[in-house]
Amino acid sequence: MVGAASVIGCLTAVEALIGTGVINRHVVPLPSQVLLAVPRIIIEEDIFDRFLMTAGEAAAAGFLLVAVAIPIGVLLHRTRLVCDAVESWIGAMAAAPLVLIYPLFLVTFGRNAATIIMIGFTAGLAPVILNTLEGLRATRRVLINVGRSFKLSRSQQFWKILLPSALPNIFLGLRLGLVFALINVVGVEFLINFGGLGQLINDLAERYDLPAMYATIGCVILVCVVFFMTLERIERWLRPGR
Amino acid sequence: MPASAETRREVEKGSRVNPAAAPVLLVEDLVKRFDTSEGSITAVDHVSFSVAQGELISLIGPSGCGKSTVFNIVGGLVPMSEGRVIVDGEAIAGPHPAIGMVFQEESTFPWRTVLDNVAFPLEIAGMSKSERLERAMRYVKIVGLDGFEKRYPAELSGGMRQRVSIARALAFTPKMLLMDEPFAALDEQTRLLLGDKLLQIQQELKQTILLITHNITEAVQLSDRVLVMSYRPGRIKRVVRIDLPRPRTSAIVSSDAFGRYVAAVWSDLREEASLGMLSEETQQSQPHQGST
Repeated sequence: MVGAASVIGCLTAVEALIGTGVINRHVVPLPSQVLLAVPRIIIEEDIFDRFLMTAGEAAAAGFLLVAVAIPIGVLLHRTRLVCDAVESWIGAMAAAPLVLIYPLFLVTFGRNAATIIMIGFTAGLAPVILNTLEGLRATRRVLINVGRSFKLSRSQQFWKILLPSALPNIFLGLRLGLVFALINVVGVEFLINFGGLGQLINDLAERYDLPAMYATIGCVILVCVVFFMTLERIERWLRPGR
Repeated sequence: MPASAETRREVEKGSRVNPAAAPVLLVEDLVKRFDTSEGSITAVDHVSFSVAQGELISLIGPSGCGKSTVFNIVGGLVPMSEGRVIVDGEAIAGPHPAIGMVFQEESTFPWRTVLDNVAFPLEIAGMSKSERLERAMRYVKIVGLDGFEKRYPAELSGGMRQRVSIARALAFTPKMLLMDEPFAALDEQTRLLLGDKLLQIQQELKQTILLITHNITEAVQLSDRVLVMSYRPGRIKRVVRIDLPRPRTSAIVSSDAFGRYVAAVWSDLREEASLGMLSEETQQSQPHQGST
């Protein structure tokens, strides 16, 4: 309720600032105009299919992150030598604008959804790996000693103690990774003009249809909200008691 | 330096050990050295003691005397440098199933309910779900947490969480419970009441317990014998046999006899605690001496 009220409050304030000329209406349209553009993009711009396409690409990148990045984090936790060698490079990767190497992905995967998914996946790798590693490292020593006192095998220690302990950090990494993935998915859709919400934003910008463009950006935010809510539900199910 | 003959006689005399019955725990000439940048440090120096079936023994000493090192060695978490530790007739080479450990720090699994926490060792042992939950519930009741079995640790107080840890260690029916300052983080009232609870558990289950503590009141309240350790290197300085009547409750703390035992333990501990404080002050002042 507080969140919704604050959003409405901000939009009302922006409406007033644009209406009084403080913000240039040729750069930022009135929020009321953006709201009125929503039925138009639904009817004329196939917004649901585009929404599903972008969400599907981001979700595919997300599944790849879970399947690849988390095990990499686990592997780095187990092999100190490899971890010492690559951890700094992975950290550097998190700061690098990977979207700029999209031509390399285009040449490798072609002008299709695979390119978009792989760029999204690559962009999300670093935060998931680093947070998985940090979560495993942060497992309290006393919990590990409880496991040792009950003579847990290495596998049991991992599944029964290390992984549940690290889950909050892993989910933090997944949230960050999905944000990075989604930014890059929409960005590459925009750049290569290939379907989804990114392409629509590009089209609408070229037509100078600002209210519809901002309404489409709102749909991108909606994708993010859906992902976050889903992740939160999954985290609560896997890690009760928080 | 081996334990003195006097200490050995006190150990044998005061232990109520039936010479014919093997002790649950036998520690002989235990030595632990640590290699540091300043050379080798002997933390524990030829410590010997035994714990008979059904006894509750406290190991007390000043900070840094090696009590927790003894705890970790007997629990099989840390290797010894010399000596022998025999648990239930077997020399230990790591954690032993006959020992249940309760740690000083809060050690419940936050993602498991109280009942699932207590059932954890039974789950590892491969017991069926219905059987382990039934057995875990028995120990939840023993520690007085019935009604809280579906709660998570975050919903419990510190004392309640420590009771969960005790129940979890007991659920595995260990021959001996090994406890490292389990009530250290709790206030005095809670500590006394949990001491009552521990005595009830010990009496009901005839549980053998080795308790590591720095609290004299707690040691005298709970124990059959109190082993007083010296400051580093840790040795058994004296064994004080506590001949207070059983069953006991925390009401015993107001008795004259209780006060005399506390005084007896403190008379040895005070000297060692002073040595420890002096040593720490010397170490802290050394960097300043270098600069002047």
